[in-house]
Amino acid sequence: MKNQAKIEARNVNFYYGSQIALKNINIACEENKVTALIGPSGCGKSTFIRTLNRMNDVIPGIKIEGDILLEGENIYHPKVDIAVLRKRVGMVFQKPNPFPKSIFNNIAYGLRINGMRDKRKIEMIVEKSLKEATLWDEIKDRMDENAFSLSGGQQQRLCIARSLAIKPEVILFDEPCSAIDPVATAKIEELIHQLKEHYTVIVVTHNMQQAARISDFTAFMMLGEIVEYDKTDKIFTNPSNTLTEDYITGRFG
Amino acid sequence: MRKKIFEFIGFFSLRVCLYIVLAFLFIFLYDIGSKGGGAISWEFISQAPRRGMTEGGIFPAIMGTFFVTMVTALLAVPMGMFSAIYLNEYAKQTRITRIIRLSIRNLSGVPSIVYGLFGVILFVNVLKFGTSILSAGLTLGLLTLPWTITASEEALKTVPNSYREGALALGATKWQSIRTNVLPNALPGMLTGTVLGLARAAGETAPIMFTGAAFFLPFLPRSFSDQFMALPYHLYVMATQHHAISQVRPLAYGTALILILFVLGMNMSVVILRYRLRKKRRA
Ligand SMILES: Nc1ncnc2c1ncn2[C@@H]1O[C@H](COP(=O)(O)OP(=O)(O)O)[C@@H](O)[C@H]1O
Ligand SMILES: [Mg+2]
Repeated sequence: MKNQAKIEARNVNFYYGSQIALKNINIACEENKVTALIGPSGCGKSTFIRTLNRMNDVIPGIKIEGDILLEGENIYHPKVDIAVLRKRVGMVFQKPNPFPKSIFNNIAYGLRINGMRDKRKIEMIVEKSLKEATLWDEIKDRMDENAFSLSGGQQQRLCIARSLAIKPEVILFDEPCSAIDPVATAKIEELIHQLKEHYTVIVVTHNMQQAARISDFTAFMMLGEIVEYDKTDKIFTNPSNTLTEDYITGRFG
Repeated sequence: MRKKIFEFIGFFSLRVCLYIVLAFLFIFLYDIGSKGGGAISWEFISQAPRRGMTEGGIFPAIMGTFFVTMVTALLAVPMGMFSAIYLNEYAKQTRITRIIRLSIRNLSGVPSIVYGLFGVILFVNVLKFGTSILSAGLTLGLLTLPWTITASEEALKTVPNSYREGALALGATKWQSIRTNVLPNALPGMLTGTVLGLARAAGETAPIMFTGAAFFLPFLPRSFSDQFMALPYHLYVMATQHHAISQVRPLAYGTALILILFVLGMNMSVVILRYRLRKKRRA
């Protein structure tokens, strides 16, 4: 089944209480590609991306309809172990959220809660993840320092390394650069671009240039619906929908 | 310019308020320290009262307060912390949890004498623990619980949600995220609130008066079902009930000073513990 989507939403509706936040979402994200979600604030980008690792489950009063399939299996099936799902589908948040621990322990955390005890192995994976997140050279001599001593951009890459450490298949980014300066943003964009070699990446952004730079596919959302979903080139050069065109040409936003 | 003057007056009055409060505190401590300091000696803290409590020390009262505070802690610390964890982390935030929370806050305003009478009925009479360290300690435990629950919950609330989410997103179960990422960060705050509650309980008189504190016992309790002397009750006796009040006044001041030092010691220990915990968290 090579042309099956890695992760796919089918007819998804989502409600906060009685308020509908996602309407009939259909999208299939391909393996080893970067899919960007763009759209004005409040259109449901975060809500949608958080349905993909069931992060919304903790919010009281929510309801979801339809299916989200990870390699064809519905992640909302009652038998699904949410902890296992979240290991497969990692997430990086909008604001860098390192734990108040040392740099080393931030990365080791995910390994330890998953039962890894072998110190050598943990050290190896920590190093490998930090290298993968292009942070190793900057901090290799500071592993015992508190993670809060890092700059915002470094903290965000630390959070990326933290999710890489547990070997996810899909990584979700919810506006990963919105709290970070331009230079650090460029580094993270570069990193996301590299990550698709091994992972399936989904990025929420309200920065259209960013979507154009880093993604292979782009979905444009508005008012809880996907207006258009296509190859990024197509969306930015020749959108089919006039709403998309208006948005990317900056006529509203 | 006007703005500057207003600002000056504003800050000035804030500072004056603080100084007034501090002044009262110092006058108060100086009074007790100077009048009680003379009474304190090794004999005073290591021996039982003699000659109708006009001589000797207050050793049984110190130990009684120590034991009863232990019982209080055994009830209030785990129960308070667990209740707070449940309320803040697990319970759905519904009307019922709001009512429960409100009731807990209100319980902390109930006068301590009411707890004392409740303790007599529940622990002494119904549960037949008699007038004892156990009954008194449990009564004080109930009195402390609303404080420890509230303080612990406040401490849990200060832990940013992003710590919980960050852990969950790495595949932690809810309990794992709480145990490894929430509690370690809330613990210093929880301990502070809890020990402050305990310290307050250690100084209470009304709840132990009917549930186990004795007027005079020249020996130490041998078990948790014995009666005991306690510092606050002893102070009350020396200050108002003794047959020669003016003669024992220095002893009363000495007792007050020891009680304050006892409470201060508890508070200091938590400051040290907090500092240690924080240093450990840094690593
Ligand atoms: N926890 C919540 N409870 C209720 N409504 C929410 C919650 N989170 C988001 N919403 C609403 O859902 C809609 C989509 O929000 P969101 O997914 O955060 O948008 P975006 O990420 O695109 O800015 C908004 O109208 C927002 O007000
Ligand atoms: Mg958002």
